[in-house]
Amino acid sequence: MKYMRQIARIAGFAFVGELLNTLIPLPVPASVYGMLLLLFCLCTGIVKLEQIEETADFLVEIMPLVFVMPGVAVIESLGLLADSLVGIIVISILSTLLVYAVTGLTAQALVRLRRRREEEQHG
Amino acid sequence: MDSLLQESLFFGFFLTLACYFACVEIAKRYKSPLLNPLFWSIVLTIVVLKLLGISYSTFEYGAKYLNYLLTPITVCLAVPLYRQLRHLRDYADAVIISILSGTLACAAMIFLMSKMFGFDKSMYASMAVKSITTAIALGVNEELGGIQVVSIMAITITGTIGPIFATSVYKLLHIKEPIAQGLALGTGSHAIGTSRALELGEIQGAMSSLAIVVTGVLTVIIAPILYGIY
Repeated sequence: MKYMRQIARIAGFAFVGELLNTLIPLPVPASVYGMLLLLFCLCTGIVKLEQIEETADFLVEIMPLVFVMPGVAVIESLGLLADSLVGIIVISILSTLLVYAVTGLTAQALVRLRRRREEEQHG
Repeated sequence: MDSLLQESLFFGFFLTLACYFACVEIAKRYKSPLLNPLFWSIVLTIVVLKLLGISYSTFEYGAKYLNYLLTPITVCLAVPLYRQLRHLRDYADAVIISILSGTLACAAMIFLMSKMFGFDKSMYASMAVKSITTAIALGVNEELGGIQVVSIMAITITGTIGPIFATSVYKLLHIKEPIAQGLALGTGSHAIGTSRALELGEIQGAMSSLAIVVTGVLTVIIAPILYGIY
């Protein structure tokens, strides 16, 4: 029963997310509405962590399973993408390395700046 | 073989699970960033289909039901995020500013390089979501009218190839703070990057999973705006 109730709560958030996606004319996926709504309910205590925790952890853990079929579809349609293949690969790799550099350097600078300020205050 | 399985509801479903867990076991035994279970279970599934002479549509007939879980799974990402909120409060400015700057740099680069490669609007929409977690990416892709397979391909390359070079980038640029290392991996390469971050350390893992969700939400806002300009 415990798990069925947890599943019911999660399904409820997914459903309300869908409803918001239909009603609000913004390009925000139903799943993101549901996620933000659940986060809000957890923060305000409307939903307690124990009321969804086990099922939520289970679902997050099996997440990659959902992407196997679309991945197989990618290989199936490689022929169709032949013209853009080089572009897709080059953009994917270079932009990822750029993010590592930009986010990493910015975060490090800000964390160190903050630590230095704290040391000055205490010392 | 194909005609025998055409009506089977559980063949594709079972094959997906079997291939995935076989690859998870292998990855557990030999720890290496090259052994990404998702990537190899896709390869293994294709090999099995080709060897048995089974068509994609027969596989899809049963495997497509796993898709049903995508929305509830994304909803559940709120749980790890809720657990990490403490970190967000402690280093709120560093977290938000660094993820935002990384996401903007990424968006700008994808925009310019898509123009350079002569991609059309639907191709650009498919590429714009490549650094975020597949669950959110496919939602944004659908909203903008992108090509699903292109997004998945870009996301998979980002997640499997990016993290292999992460530690080299850190060495080159002297990125030593665990918080910075984690944020970079999560912002750049979503859930697969996070599994690499967890190998680097607990703080890296926590920061990376936090970054997945923040990057996802930021991209939900940024991608449609740039799509309008493209």
